[in-house]
Amino acid sequence: MRPLVLTLRGRPDQRLDLAPLVPHRLVGMTAAEIERIELQTTRRRVVLADIFRLQMGDAATIRIEASCDRLDRIGQEMTDGEITVEGNIGVRAGRLMSGGRLTVRGSVGPWAASGMKGGTIEIFGDAGDRLGGPIAGETAGMRGGVVVVHGAVGERAGDRMRRGTIVVEGDAGSYAGSRMIAGTLVVAGRSGPLAGYLMKRGTIVLGRTADGLSPTFIDCGVHDLVTTRLMADFIGGYSARAARLFRRSLRRFAGDMATLGKGEIFSRT
Amino acid sequence: MRALTVKGVRIDDTFAEAFGMRATAVIITADSIRWARQAALTMAGFATSVIGCGCEAGIDGDLTPAQTPDRRPGVRVLLFAMSTAELQKQLQTRVAQCVLTSPGSACYAGLDGGEALRLGNALRYFGDGWQISKRFGSKHYWRIPVMDGEFVCEATTGLTKQAVGGGNLLIMGRTAPATLAAAEAATAAIAKVPDTITPFPGGIVRSGSKVGSKYKGVPASTNHAFCPTLRGAVETALDPDAACVLEIVIDGLTSDAVAVAMAAGIAAVIKLGPKRGAVRISAGNYGGKLGPHHYHLRGLLP
Repeated sequence: MRPLVLTLRGRPDQRLDLAPLVPHRLVGMTAAEIERIELQTTRRRVVLADIFRLQMGDAATIRIEASCDRLDRIGQEMTDGEITVEGNIGVRAGRLMSGGRLTVRGSVGPWAASGMKGGTIEIFGDAGDRLGGPIAGETAGMRGGVVVVHGAVGERAGDRMRRGTIVVEGDAGSYAGSRMIAGTLVVAGRSGPLAGYLMKRGTIVLGRTADGLSPTFIDCGVHDLVTTRLMADFIGGYSARAARLFRRSLRRFAGDMATLGKGEIFSRT
Repeated sequence: MRALTVKGVRIDDTFAEAFGMRATAVIITADSIRWARQAALTMAGFATSVIGCGCEAGIDGDLTPAQTPDRRPGVRVLLFAMSTAELQKQLQTRVAQCVLTSPGSACYAGLDGGEALRLGNALRYFGDGWQISKRFGSKHYWRIPVMDGEFVCEATTGLTKQAVGGGNLLIMGRTAPATLAAAEAATAAIAKVPDTITPFPGGIVRSGSKVGSKYKGVPASTNHAFCPTLRGAVETALDPDAACVLEIVIDGLTSDAVAVAMAAGIAAVIKLGPKRGAVRISAGNYGGKLGPHHYHLRGLLP
């Protein structure tokens, strides 16, 4: 089946809100209807046809080509289907997504996967700060699904995460997994200081030795647990590089004892 | 009643009568197959008959590391009971006392779909607040801290209402050793049939029963028509050349699985032949009025 292809005509002169361009909203619409969808974020009205060349196809699969970092909220509240983006994108990609698949062959801005509930996001470049995290006023971040970032991520990846899995193949900024409520965060590369800061529950796996942890994380010794085999098996389906972390025994730190303290950080010994 | 003889073994023209049951399955893994089997055997101990044990349980088969969720050697155990409530109770107490306690063990769902029975969801309280819930995709596990590390247990396992209990074969021979050899050959063949178990010791029952008794309050008593020492004293079902009868009871997750298992058992007895094994095969029924599943031996011959 032919995908619906949107090719960016050029860099837009304002940030654009692409939240309406999700498969479940576009399925059943005609090309003319799609071209009239408004995307502006300022007072100056912009419709899709001003910005993109539309090549009609089955809207269950959407391709966005020649993308740039001014395209925000791609895949927001997506429920099913597939969106593939060639190029970088802006903020809040895949926010509140509950199903389907978002693939970005480029880098994404802050708050990607924010409050995500289900589905899969794969980012081939880097991700900005607060990957999966809540926006102001929300009590929880990511609540389900899987996010894989092949590059690096900014600060506070997995902030206030409640469920789901984030796999980062590259490096992570400081406070990775801050205020985690539950869920799983794997950072295969180097992570910045204070990973797991104020985490209540949940699991963080760090590829490098856990320097720079808060002193409120307690060393529980080196273990070879069945759980890490289950994790390796699941994560291996998304990232062979991250799954390699689980091949050896891991040191377990319990914390953050500055709060509930039922979370854990596994790191290489 | 005697219909035919296959390679010297007489096959009665009769049928086994079996009942619908509720069943579930779990996968038990450990660091070695020896310890996976140990946990499974302990869990399936004292589970020969629903009459006295609450459930019937047994090992369905060994699993290679590639077949288990945690890539360790494992064993699949099947549990059968007459009601969902009793099955839940037996599953919970048996996994708690026999699998949770076994070194290095982990326990996973062995049956998908249908209604769910609580597995880790019931056992997690052993963790006293230190239990950890983990979800990977559609799978939900509980991690319970124990003295050798962690006991990992899937939250729920599946329940089937299509299960069948009480498929059976009566194997008769000229001597006790020959009859036992035939019964052993049959249970070895049945063990290879997936989704079935033979819940009695080594898969074999020597004390087949009939419904009722001369004593008040005794629900089942010895099947005197098949007792060789009573031949002559009672109305017997035995031929003059039979000195020993052993029964194999088969439970299966589906009716088809029970039929395949019975056919495998019959084929194994016939293959052993009347000289080294059994001279006659029959099956137990209650006249066809009690159980909805009838397995005619005629239709199961090799």
